[in-house]
Amino acid sequence: MLGALPIALLVLTYLMAAASRHEINPNDKILPLPGAMAEAMSALLFKADQLSGQLLFWADTFASLQRLGLGLGISTLCALVVGLLLGALPPVRATFGPLVTAVAVIPPIAILPILFIAFGLGETAKVALIVIGIAPFMIRDIAAHVTALPREQIIKAQTLGANSWLVMLRVALPQAMPRLIQAIRLSLGPAWVFLISAEAIASDVGLGYRIFLVRRYLSMDIILPYVAWIALLAVLMDWVLTRSSRRLFPWAHGVGH
Amino acid sequence: MSTLLSLRNVWVEYGDKVVIEDVTLDIAAGSFVSIIGPSGAGKSTLLRVILGQDAPTRGLILLDGKLLPPECGPDRGVVFQRYSVFPHLSVLKNTVFGLECAQAPFTGRLFGARRRAAIAEAEEMLAAVGLGDSMHLYPAEMSGGMQQRLAIAQALIKRPRIMLLDEPFGALDPGIRADMHALITRLWRDYELTIIMVTHDIKEAFTLGTRVLAMDKRRHDPHAPHRYGATAVYDLPLKKPAPEPALDPISENISITIDTYNNN
Repeated sequence: MLGALPIALLVLTYLMAAASRHEINPNDKILPLPGAMAEAMSALLFKADQLSGQLLFWADTFASLQRLGLGLGISTLCALVVGLLLGALPPVRATFGPLVTAVAVIPPIAILPILFIAFGLGETAKVALIVIGIAPFMIRDIAAHVTALPREQIIKAQTLGANSWLVMLRVALPQAMPRLIQAIRLSLGPAWVFLISAEAIASDVGLGYRIFLVRRYLSMDIILPYVAWIALLAVLMDWVLTRSSRRLFPWAHGVGH
Repeated sequence: MSTLLSLRNVWVEYGDKVVIEDVTLDIAAGSFVSIIGPSGAGKSTLLRVILGQDAPTRGLILLDGKLLPPECGPDRGVVFQRYSVFPHLSVLKNTVFGLECAQAPFTGRLFGARRRAAIAEAEEMLAAVGLGDSMHLYPAEMSGGMQQRLAIAQALIKRPRIMLLDEPFGALDPGIRADMHALITRLWRDYELTIIMVTHDIKEAFTLGTRVLAMDKRRHDPHAPHRYGATAVYDLPLKKPAPEPALDPISENISITIDTYNNN
């Protein structure tokens, strides 16, 4: 609960700053008061858009989460399969390791135009940006983790009759799983960055799209709640990941002695 | 006693560094061989070569008269000083692992009656090493001594022809080490094992072993110390009462289990 104190302080500071600005200029748009935010948001939350007939806030949330989920899902799958192969099989590492490293050091935003040209302005390019942005990091993380498994463990598994496949399936894979969840957690931040970037540049729905759209009207009363909503979603995902890791892999979380 | 393992003029070289030089040994079935020697004298290398983790540069290794392929296999069990249990599996699952690998080479998992049989066998083995009450703990929840008991049970369930121990008790407290000595001696007798153990502790080597090998370099060139490898400079058979076959390993276990305070 101690952690809530700085957040409360921040909110309080904002309210005081907003109140003082509104005292000078009741029509101030830069720091809107909570009432104005509620009013602006209620239109997006509960009233169907005249053009599309959708509840915009929920349509934005759904579209963004779908892109994020697809991007994270594909990246996770890549990280698991490629990372495990790279980590467990030295010839594979020797062949494909440099490629993964090279892709990982390219700033993903730099290839966003390529993605738009190659995949069009639809969903594919946005999901691809997230995947290209975070998958190489996750792959390298998992590969490094698998490589670092003690040699003794692998030898022991072999003396217990495990072939290379079983060493991967029963020794490397389960020990890579908690690390994978950790990698997803660390990738959540960059994944959001790439999502918002892609939506800001070319989209017609999505949380990032809306923020950049209403920016033209200086609508801080919509931008701020949207940012808070994104933060809430991100925190929630992080919490779910941490919880599931603790529940599924208790051995990786320092079970009490 | 018959010869189980033979090394014939085994050399191990890494680049131009000679680690083991011309080792010829016959190890009898049922013997407990301790290998001692200074650091860097190739004790662990010799063990790795027998294990199949490294291939000898020259020479032959024969198990039961057959040439041993340079890969690890279930006929040779191993216990390392550390890291030889799987941290993500409970004690019971760690022990069942060896049976699952043999019976399910593709899925690595057993179901139904075969699974129950494997679990029963693992439980029996865990009771024999004194972990009967800790089957559902993870290795991180156990002390070093308990982890080594688990590593032994894990290897033993495969009924290996030879058990290779690489400083298995080196990281343990003296009191717990004494308990482990009693345990390994009992298991060696009950299961009629052949054991090769590398140790730094000379007292341990002589207490446990029926034969002690001292590894060291015979020659030393001060200008190129790496050009001469180590070999078995002393080979001491110890006169000990022959291992008596146990009457009933299970009933005996109950009286010998040491872990009364659950602290080792």
